[in-house]
Amino acid sequence: MKFSESWLRSFVDPAVSGDDLTHLLTMAGLEVEEEEAVAPAFDGVVVAKVLEVAKHPDADRLNVCRVDTGDGQEARQIVCGAPNVAAGLKVPCALPDANLPGNFKIKVAKVRGIESSGMLCSAKELGISEDASGLLVLPADAPVGWNIRAYLDLDDRLLTLKLTPNRADCLSLTGIAREVSALTNTPASYPAITGTPVTSDAHRQIILDAPQACPLYCGRVISGVNAKAPTPDWMKRRLERSGIRSISALVDITNYVMLELGQPLHAFDNEKLEGAIHARLARPGEKILLLNEQTLELQGDDLLIADDRRPLAMAGIMGGEDTGITLDTTQMFLESAFFAPQAVAGRARRYGFGSDASHRYERGVDFGATRQALERASALILEICGGQAGPQCEAQATLPARSPVCLRPQRVAKVLGIELDASRIAEILARLGLAFSRDGDDFIVTPPTYRFDIEIEEDLIEELARLHGYDKIPAVSPRASLVMLPQTEQARPLSRVRQILADRGFQEVVNFAFIDEAWESDFAANTSPIRLANPIASQMSVMRSTLIGGLVANVATNLKRKQNHIRLFETGRCFFRDATGQPVKGFRQPWRLAALAYGGALPEQWGTSARAVDFYDIKGELELLLAPAVARFEKATHPALHPGRSARILIDGRDVGFIGELHPRWAQKYELPLAPALFELDLDALQKACLPAYAEVSRLPAAYRDLAIVVDQKLELQTILDGLASHRPAIVQDIQLFDIYTGKGIDQGKKSLAFRIVMQDTQRTLQDTEVDAAVQQLVEYLRQAYTAQLRV
Amino acid sequence: MLNPEQIAQDAAAAFAATDDPDALEQVKARFLGKSGQITELLKGMAALSPEEKKSTGAAINRAKTAIEEALNSRREAIRQVALEARLAGESLDVTLPGRGEIRGGLHPVTRTLERIETLFRSIGFEVADGPEIEADFQNFTALNTPEDHPARSMHDTFYLLDEHGKLAEDILLRTHTSPIQVRYMQAHVARYAHLETMPEIRIIAPGRVYRVDSDATHSPMFHQVEGLWIGKDVSFADLKGVIADFLRRFFESDDLEVRFRPSFFPFTEPSAEIDVAFMSGALKGRWLEIAGCGMVHPNVLRHAGIDPEKYIGFAFGMGPDRLTMLRYGVNDLRLFFDGDLRFLRQFV
Repeated sequence: MKFSESWLRSFVDPAVSGDDLTHLLTMAGLEVEEEEAVAPAFDGVVVAKVLEVAKHPDADRLNVCRVDTGDGQEARQIVCGAPNVAAGLKVPCALPDANLPGNFKIKVAKVRGIESSGMLCSAKELGISEDASGLLVLPADAPVGWNIRAYLDLDDRLLTLKLTPNRADCLSLTGIAREVSALTNTPASYPAITGTPVTSDAHRQIILDAPQACPLYCGRVISGVNAKAPTPDWMKRRLERSGIRSISALVDITNYVMLELGQPLHAFDNEKLEGAIHARLARPGEKILLLNEQTLELQGDDLLIADDRRPLAMAGIMGGEDTGITLDTTQMFLESAFFAPQAVAGRARRYGFGSDASHRYERGVDFGATRQALERASALILEICGGQAGPQCEAQATLPARSPVCLRPQRVAKVLGIELDASRIAEILARLGLAFSRDGDDFIVTPPTYRFDIEIEEDLIEELARLHGYDKIPAVSPRASLVMLPQTEQARPLSRVRQILADRGFQEVVNFAFIDEAWESDFAANTSPIRLANPIASQMSVMRSTLIGGLVANVATNLKRKQNHIRLFETGRCFFRDATGQPVKGFRQPWRLAALAYGGALPEQWGTSARAVDFYDIKGELELLLAPAVARFEKATHPALHPGRSARILIDGRDVGFIGELHPRWAQKYELPLAPALFELDLDALQKACLPAYAEVSRLPAAYRDLAIVVDQKLELQTILDGLASHRPAIVQDIQLFDIYTGKGIDQGKKSLAFRIVMQDTQRTLQDTEVDAAVQQLVEYLRQAYTAQLRV
Repeated sequence: MLNPEQIAQDAAAAFAATDDPDALEQVKARFLGKSGQITELLKGMAALSPEEKKSTGAAINRAKTAIEEALNSRREAIRQVALEARLAGESLDVTLPGRGEIRGGLHPVTRTLERIETLFRSIGFEVADGPEIEADFQNFTALNTPEDHPARSMHDTFYLLDEHGKLAEDILLRTHTSPIQVRYMQAHVARYAHLETMPEIRIIAPGRVYRVDSDATHSPMFHQVEGLWIGKDVSFADLKGVIADFLRRFFESDDLEVRFRPSFFPFTEPSAEIDVAFMSGALKGRWLEIAGCGMVHPNVLRHAGIDPEKYIGFAFGMGPDRLTMLRYGVNDLRLFFDGDLRFLRQFV
């Protein structure tokens, strides 16, 4: 809501400065989003009349003018270069010693040998518009000698309110004035509205076919109007300062009254109407061509204004193109109606537009001022465009009830935390125009017709707080019973998981949850992703089911920025369709964590030889992150990963994620010279923790034996370890692989594995013979199970 | 016969003239070896009378002790020199960088969220979480924002398509973290249904939220932190106290002003917008919008099964992205979602 401060002050003029007024409004919940002066600072400029214009003897483009500046002296001689200067014009004139915007001081000077004592000004020179094409021509009745700032009301300021949807009552100057009056306790005066003299009997019948959607419709035929009459300057100025362009007198008047009173009006060309005016719901499939040249096919819950023959307007939203007034209109039908917010809300948005009228109706228009607005507009039309007013025609059904709301002072204290005594409450209610009666201690408040936001006690409490001042409510440290929060050791907080990764060189990123569809098919082989109905861009059109795409894209961007050693991680939800999903049915939304390493295994450095990061580097990071939990890794293919270098991650037998090197195909497609190594898994698998449980540490020495065996190249270590685990003698505490060898001395297709066997007994020292027998037992098992040869 | 004292002096001089440990042992043999001078003297003792044996023997022993001391001290000195030489040879350029990985870091907004969690935990707030694909009911209706409420246009909502490419009914990407309030309250009520008085609810709920908006100051995905305190006696004055306290702690500064001005949210009444102004720095004196808050609307409590006459409380929603920008002087929101290591590494 944009308006001029001087217009507001014509209704209510509290003794506060412009800045204080801005602050007052903002702190009352009518946030002033923008404030601007109508004109920059300047002085010494008056209304002047050009008396004579003569060519400058020495300059083709200059004229020498004689100008009356109203100072009772002889006419001034002023040299002027403007193309539109002419005798008889009224224009602004900067007198000697005037200060114009941009530190421009006017002095008496000779221009090409001719003395000039002042300057005739364009709008641009005064800083009030960009128009520099010629002098700013003032109306013929402009009083010569007047200060131009006063004459054009240039000390005015424009304020823009960012109104919240509950304050529809402030979508008019009257409403804002009412609010300022309440806030400052200053009386307000509004334009007098009197009954319009009826001099014609032209009228139309009004029929409310949808009385709930339109419970009150008023109208009037005005004949013999001059639609071509000029809009008065004062009205034009107020409209323009409210951000509304002047169109024609009739349109301007309807807009003016809407700004003044908050009541949207519509003007029809009465000669294009047939029969009665109906307020009815649209018939399915019915079409209307609107003033914005949009043709709509309507739905059954769209409220229409129609005549006997056809739809005329979308009620409360926009009029039809065919029946609107034009400059040739001589007979008009003026509408002022109340449409229920529910009947208008969302309808304009449904068709992708909105209007000043729908903005107001959706939020609530004062149904107590419908008739007054019609009278106000009628009076202005008769005054400006002439004509003969017919009688007010109207139809009324049941208007919204304003149910009394009970306000309990002790509830006020409970909600706000401060006591307001009854007299203060009464004073504030009175200032706000909220009528009340008393019931014991309680106030029974009946909200006025212009307030749609007062339905419950809390709404009134907010009003009290607002008028009392939010800043007068103290900020207190709350009291509460001190109960310790649970602090489980059975789970690792997410912050701990993140910190481990950060300490290991991984940088956290946050990527969008909606991604390019190609990422879903490339990295998850998901060809039916969860699609957005209204994405802002195609590369943000589907919900991700893996975090990999974002990380790969991050690598590509960072490579372009010459970052070569890249370690990244992200935690975030991934999204899957799942009929059993909870808590939102149909969707599973697990938190996942993904980490990726790209480039060197370590940052490039003087002290270590360079080596590209690989599967085992990232696996080491994952094992470290999981510890003390131990995961199993099973070879598995994954659409994002190199088929020979990928595995699924199992914890306690549950598949929690995947690990591997990016498939070379995707490395190439996403322009990565090397393949990143990465993993992704369910975050809850990482957050599990178990309470450490003590086991006795043996004080007896352990025995160590190294054992090298030759087995088939394809045999997985895990298979051997699983076999050994279930066949080892009791004294074997641990078996660790410490070397793998292929090459000279080992047959093709074979590999040598070297294990360190740790043996110990908690009760006694082991004898060499027992140790040797245990090792022998393992060797024998390996030979039988895997045809392993002892390597000597 | 050689004078034992003289021999000791000769030995000391000979040791001192030797730098090499092997040569030193050879020099030692000249005095203390099998045919060394001291040994020779001892051999000559046999010819002496008991009286002479006594006095000469004592002199020889003194000389022998002196020689051994001189030898040990020389050995130690030579070792010391050798050690010093070796250490000098092993000296490093200590200014070369250490080996290994460089440290990574948390996302700046994560830093902020963790600070917020820590600060609120210190006054007994637990952390709650909720789904990002959310039901229309939890996102709007349960928050007193029915269909066609004008407040819905304050949030430009992302909707989803179903498997058949049709608009999915009643499903959206949450536009704020407030639905977590709804879910938490419902669960809390159910959990304590057996009690006469339910325990207080004190939670904060951080998370990602989505709105159809993208420019220098808006991202289609951004963060919010929801806060909720429901109890028997929680007032607007308490809300002001908690928020003001939080902001001073968060920015580690008493040098800021906090103001509450009336605003509107369908799910709170009274509602307020919270502005903060710093008294120094680049943004000195400017009011910056930082959060919305208010007393939980009775309808919201009722939707969750809580009697608004019995329980009352406040809720707030803050923008941690904005807080992060203010805290670290970041001037472009988009940097948070760009994955640029040159930016992110500044927060290690």
